[in-house]
Amino acid sequence: MSTDVVATLAASWFAALDPSLALPLQAGLGVIGDVLFGVLLWVLEQWYWLMDWVYYFTGLEMLNPDYRFMHRALLVGLCVGVMAPLIGTFLVHRQLALIGDALAHTGFAGVAVGLFLNAVIDLGVSPYLTAVVVAMIAALFIELISEVTDAYNDVSMAIVLSTGFALGTTLISLNAGGLAVGVNQFLFGNLATVSPQSAAILLVLFAVIVVTVALTRNQLLYVTFDETAAEVSGLSVNWYNRVMVMLTAMVVVGAMQIMGVILVAAMLVVPVAGATQVSRSFSESLLVSVVLAELAVLLGIAASYYGGVTAGGVIVLFAVAIYVCAVAIGKVQSARGGDAPPDMGSIEADSIEVGAGADDD
Amino acid sequence: MTTNNAESAPAAETASDRPTTQPIVDLSNATFGYTSTPVVEDVSLTVDPGEYVAIVGPNGSGKSTLMKLMLGLLKPDDGTARLFGEPATRFDDGERVGYVAQHASAAKEMPITVREVVKMGRFSHVGLGRFAGENGVDSLRENPVGTVSDAVNAVFGRLSAADWEIVDDALATVGMSAFADRRVTQLSGGQRQRAFIARALASEADLLVLDEPTVGVDAESVDAFYDLLAVLNREGITVILIEHDLGAVVEHADRVVCLNREVYFDGPTEEFVESDALARAFGTEARFLTGVGE
Repeated sequence: MSTDVVATLAASWFAALDPSLALPLQAGLGVIGDVLFGVLLWVLEQWYWLMDWVYYFTGLEMLNPDYRFMHRALLVGLCVGVMAPLIGTFLVHRQLALIGDALAHTGFAGVAVGLFLNAVIDLGVSPYLTAVVVAMIAALFIELISEVTDAYNDVSMAIVLSTGFALGTTLISLNAGGLAVGVNQFLFGNLATVSPQSAAILLVLFAVIVVTVALTRNQLLYVTFDETAAEVSGLSVNWYNRVMVMLTAMVVVGAMQIMGVILVAAMLVVPVAGATQVSRSFSESLLVSVVLAELAVLLGIAASYYGGVTAGGVIVLFAVAIYVCAVAIGKVQSARGGDAPPDMGSIEADSIEVGAGADDD
Repeated sequence: MTTNNAESAPAAETASDRPTTQPIVDLSNATFGYTSTPVVEDVSLTVDPGEYVAIVGPNGSGKSTLMKLMLGLLKPDDGTARLFGEPATRFDDGERVGYVAQHASAAKEMPITVREVVKMGRFSHVGLGRFAGENGVDSLRENPVGTVSDAVNAVFGRLSAADWEIVDDALATVGMSAFADRRVTQLSGGQRQRAFIARALASEADLLVLDEPTVGVDAESVDAFYDLLAVLNREGITVILIEHDLGAVVEHADRVVCLNREVYFDGPTEEFVESDALARAFGTEARFLTGVGE
């Protein structure tokens, strides 16, 4: 993961510094990018095909084959519904719920950087790609501040958040004359503007996030639950924290397309908060939060299509409604579930053999 | 006890397999300060395998800092700290150390079951590490399909059946089997500490380090908790206990280290009770503690 970032970073630095040096590098990256993009477009084609079938079976107007943008929006929404709560679960339980907001605002700065570079040196990159890079740098920056000062600090997060937004607005105003794209779609998200290219970027982010979490979920859980014990047991806590914030930056930028900068953090937090109310175990809460998020996304996208309202806002409203239901269900559960506490087993004072005492509770 | 049950965990080394001659903890003239004022000054101390050592001292005496130096979470400004013979900060065989902190007071509102907490003790054992070296090559030759699927499981951090057995055994040892599927937030302080001990047991640690583990735990559970520690120590686990409750220390530990920036006393518990180290280390506070040892 980090090598990708370094490559992209290096490429963008070189591009900014020296055009002659950047050319072969860009060409090399370009070939790899084209192949990858081709594969992703193929995946997208398969998705269209699947959605067409769903349309023929259900007759849902929203899935009309003429509305490819809705198919893409649905794909992006479903991916976001998986990856946001996946990462959000770790963040919420570390009391880092607001880091998503901070990174979204730096993501906005990244969008502005992309638009600026496109306008000034005609780089031709997707603003979402620059948003990923800038948000990940900001994520590392927040993490480094917390490592140096020994605590996650809401002041440092607030500083990064406002710096990001300030940089974004400044760059955009600087560039206002040459900007064809409105800023609104980045601030509030827009179903209709999910291009095949940004859907492809999202698929890459989705794959990176899901695979990384699948590989490191044990370590992330240990670090989330008990940082000191995790460190004693030999885990490099700082390293996993860095992984965590980088993944957060990716989720935030991925979700920004339909949620917008301002609302994106809600997807990291609200479904997780709901799942926490009703789940008993950690794995259950991961699963429930994904289900709740998907529910909110599907209802939200449908409502925004048929009601003609902004998707991001409706999705968040549905998520909050679901959260309220989850709180109510949780209360009912704990009121009714007053099952008698089991007897405390005795400590096996003489047990040397482990298996022997397993059933005597 | 898990540490002696090598059959159920063929992949895991156990305490009895290891040479026991070197001290587990070895601090030599260690000095550390968060600022220029040292919190721990010129502390030399060794802990041998099988000992039950209590570290006592007034608030702010550097007990927790000393523990962090021992575990390699901090690096001494001066002097050396060694853990199992290696420089403590570079020690990475984390499965040998179990750590139990003051969790009872800091309840996290996280949905997680007791079994999931205990399972964390196995995390340092899962992973590709267990396939490294000659064992991996041999098992690949004997059972290629099984080994590859085990390796895939290991990459994705899945616990093997043997790991789960160790988790269940650890739960049984601390008497928490019936609570395995309960949410940790629903437990009392004492039950929660038992769960954390079980996690340390599941990691098959040789060394158990406890930082004021009974703060916020009800009196009955405290007794049961110390009984458990005594049992574990008898079975060969080295226990280092950082404790505020001097009564408990005098009753349970074999050796006491009395700390207030420097070591005021280091020796058998009986001698500690008779010495004036307490008065010197605690200063005026000792007036309230004179009942100790009666």
